[in-house]
Amino acid sequence: MDLLRFSTAGSVDDGKSTLIGRLLYDSKGVFEDQLEAAARSTVNRSAGPIDLSLLTDGLRAEREQGITIDVAYRYFATPRRKFIIADTPGHEQYTRNMATGSSTANLAIVLIDARHGALVQSRRHTFIASMLGIAHLVVAVNKMDLVAYSQARYEEICAEFHSFVEQLGFGDVTFLPLSALQGDNVVQNSAAMPWYHGPSLLQHLETVDVARDENLDTLRFPVQLVLRPDLDFRGFAGQIASGTVRVGDDVTALPAGTRSRVKRIHTHDGDLQVAAAPRSVTLLLEHEIDISRGDMIVPSADLPMIRRDFDARIVWMDGEPLDLTRPYLVKHTARTTRVRVERLLHRIDVNTLAREPATTLKLNEIGRVHLKAAQPLYLDAYEEHRRTGAFILIDPLTNSTVAAGMVVADQPQEDQSLALPRRVDRQAREQHANHRAGLLWLTGPRGVGRSSLARALETRLFHRGVDVVVLDDEAVRDLCVGAADPPEATRRAAEIARILVNAGHLVVADLAAPTRQERDLVRRIVGAQDVLEVELLAQGIAQEGYEAPVLPDLQLAALDADMAESVVKILTWLTDHGMFGVPRVVSPGAGI
Amino acid sequence: MREDRRLSIPDAALTHLQLLEAESIHILREVAAEFERPCLLFSGGKDSIVMLRLAEKAFRPTKFPFPLMHIDTGQNFPEVIAFRDKRAAELGERLIVRTVEDSIRHGRIREQAGENNSRNRMQTTTLLDGIAEFRFDAVFGGARRDEEKARAKERIYSFRDQNGQWDPKNQRPELWNLYNGRIHNGEHIRVFPISNWTELDIWQYIGEEQLEIPSIYYAHHRLTVIRDGLVLPIGPLMPILPGETAELRQVRFRTVGDANCTACVQSSADTAFKIIEETAVTRITERGATRVDDRVSEASMEDRKRAGYF
Repeated sequence: MDLLRFSTAGSVDDGKSTLIGRLLYDSKGVFEDQLEAAARSTVNRSAGPIDLSLLTDGLRAEREQGITIDVAYRYFATPRRKFIIADTPGHEQYTRNMATGSSTANLAIVLIDARHGALVQSRRHTFIASMLGIAHLVVAVNKMDLVAYSQARYEEICAEFHSFVEQLGFGDVTFLPLSALQGDNVVQNSAAMPWYHGPSLLQHLETVDVARDENLDTLRFPVQLVLRPDLDFRGFAGQIASGTVRVGDDVTALPAGTRSRVKRIHTHDGDLQVAAAPRSVTLLLEHEIDISRGDMIVPSADLPMIRRDFDARIVWMDGEPLDLTRPYLVKHTARTTRVRVERLLHRIDVNTLAREPATTLKLNEIGRVHLKAAQPLYLDAYEEHRRTGAFILIDPLTNSTVAAGMVVADQPQEDQSLALPRRVDRQAREQHANHRAGLLWLTGPRGVGRSSLARALETRLFHRGVDVVVLDDEAVRDLCVGAADPPEATRRAAEIARILVNAGHLVVADLAAPTRQERDLVRRIVGAQDVLEVELLAQGIAQEGYEAPVLPDLQLAALDADMAESVVKILTWLTDHGMFGVPRVVSPGAGI
Repeated sequence: MREDRRLSIPDAALTHLQLLEAESIHILREVAAEFERPCLLFSGGKDSIVMLRLAEKAFRPTKFPFPLMHIDTGQNFPEVIAFRDKRAAELGERLIVRTVEDSIRHGRIREQAGENNSRNRMQTTTLLDGIAEFRFDAVFGGARRDEEKARAKERIYSFRDQNGQWDPKNQRPELWNLYNGRIHNGEHIRVFPISNWTELDIWQYIGEEQLEIPSIYYAHHRLTVIRDGLVLPIGPLMPILPGETAELRQVRFRTVGDANCTACVQSSADTAFKIIEETAVTRITERGATRVDDRVSEASMEDRKRAGYF
């Protein structure tokens, strides 16, 4: 038995609560004592012999006012499936509840009253369902009993609504004529509508294929916490947000950028060889890497966008409107950091889907914004990865959840921390120079021949027309005066490297940085995707405190024996990886 | 080593229990990572037994990053209390017990008189005192949304103000699996990792995981009377009333609350599998069948939650 989560939405009096009551009642998901309580209730509404809506309206205020004021979750099961219903209210002021209910659903049921046809609210609900990434839409044309079960009326509504739905990109859309009150086509096919040959609502819910909705291709594993009972076990615990992980996979830990392999997939029920989203597991890696909560384990070959600033659609959920001048907190996977909403690009009118200029977003308004976070986030487009494309904004003063956000696929060029956009950006420089920029980091113990190799490389690359710079201890000596410890000196050198790389240079680093921690710091500062680590194998040369790289991009042996050969190896490797010629866009965010 | 089923059978999905389990583990870990002083309420009842298994799945091979706590009304079934202590000892986890008796002795609460006298409401004070004593900032409970209408609208992270109160109209929106656990001093969050489980799911999980549960959950013979349509177990806390005759009936408990307000159901189900079969066809909710205190009014759970109850 599997699980289907669906949301329901409808305007006031569309009969949504009655429909759910009917589904629960007819599928025996409601119990006799709940029915008795509904029958006993003093609230009197014109909904038939037993008011099925009373089964679902949980809070006293709702029962008294005859409305639904908050998201309620309902459960029922048939022999084929377990169902979780997120029942959301249809009133104008409760768009935020719609978004909440839709965020975990695979399928949405939008109700249309057959007498009135699609109202503005039906369109709004449908739009929100599509924005929240729901793949399957059911358009339930309800109250067919009140239009004499007219096929013509049903088809008119379908045709009209179909043209609207087409723009929204649902995976599948199913129209159904029904009467929740009479039970027509809810569980059983109705004799009153012999012209309808499709499945009943429940039959459709039982058979709709949601197994493919989960992205099982690209691994995203946000680390929730580190389990370390003893020195032999260092497990990274989390829920696989998307994709599949296998023992032996080549993975990269962000933000360090360190590569390793998956050693074990631990669960309390025994190790797995393979695990896929949305399982909760504990990963153990082959190497000792510094990973903590908020970091993310991803395939080395398929990194997410690593960005501090990005565009997203947000739904504003707080009574206090969006304030572009104050900081908020962003919670994205297991990482929470400060963020500013720098620009409101436009507001979206949920009734017409038109974009309009705006200076703020109020409760229940939706807009596209540009955000800038204090720490880099590991983002995917929401439409491809629901869990790594989603975030919430929190007001740090009131602690309220003020907005829900979805990372858009078309991202702008990343800001280089400057107020004005750069006219001559890195891409332009790379195109001009006709080679990629990057940092070639030479790692090896003292005395292995690092400096000679760096100088030989510099000469050779320069004659090829490459904008090459060597950063060595000599070059950064004055810069590092007063550095408290070696890591601080490394940090300063890395900042210089970052500036040079952004200016289009190929930087060859001949710096001490004997520890992995220091080199991870370099990757964090420069950006892991721009760092190539070349390990010079030691051959009997020992240096106290030196730590060899975990997974270098390239290894070179017998360096002193033939310097020229080593240089050729590196150049060949760089050529093979597209360093020369028309540059590829390397910023992971661009081009997606 | 096992293969994930879906990868060998391309279109197969995780079962609903595996999905619920993965979600609950995620919630347990999220709280352990984000809060300084969580605790897990453990009563010896079936839902909290499932919670302990989920905690094992979330944190082993480490110890739980929180203690267990039980608010003992002093009116629990002895089988359940014995089970509680045994289970905590087997797991090697710390169990804190705070009793309503102590709260009464210290004048924090006064015992209600009358026929519907239940310590169930009184335990709210003891619970809030316990939370304050240990400065817990997150408290795990085993409540499920299918239990009751008000619970159906409660968030997984249920924000409580400095008086431990729940405000149903002022709940934080809860989207995806992104939980907002930020609180000010003195506030706390009640966390319900098995919100999305139903009674049937719990029994299926107990069956699949072969979890040991207190014996009174299985069919046994007991002296009972039938009062207001409920099958009530006769004992010191549930005396027989004039005009009633006690009979030996084969019964089991669907919930284990206090001995003076928990009814049982007539049943011959003496294994988890038989209980699953019965639960799948039962027509009365767990609380409706067995909790005297929930029948007082349509909104009794909502009122108690507003006052700080789980």
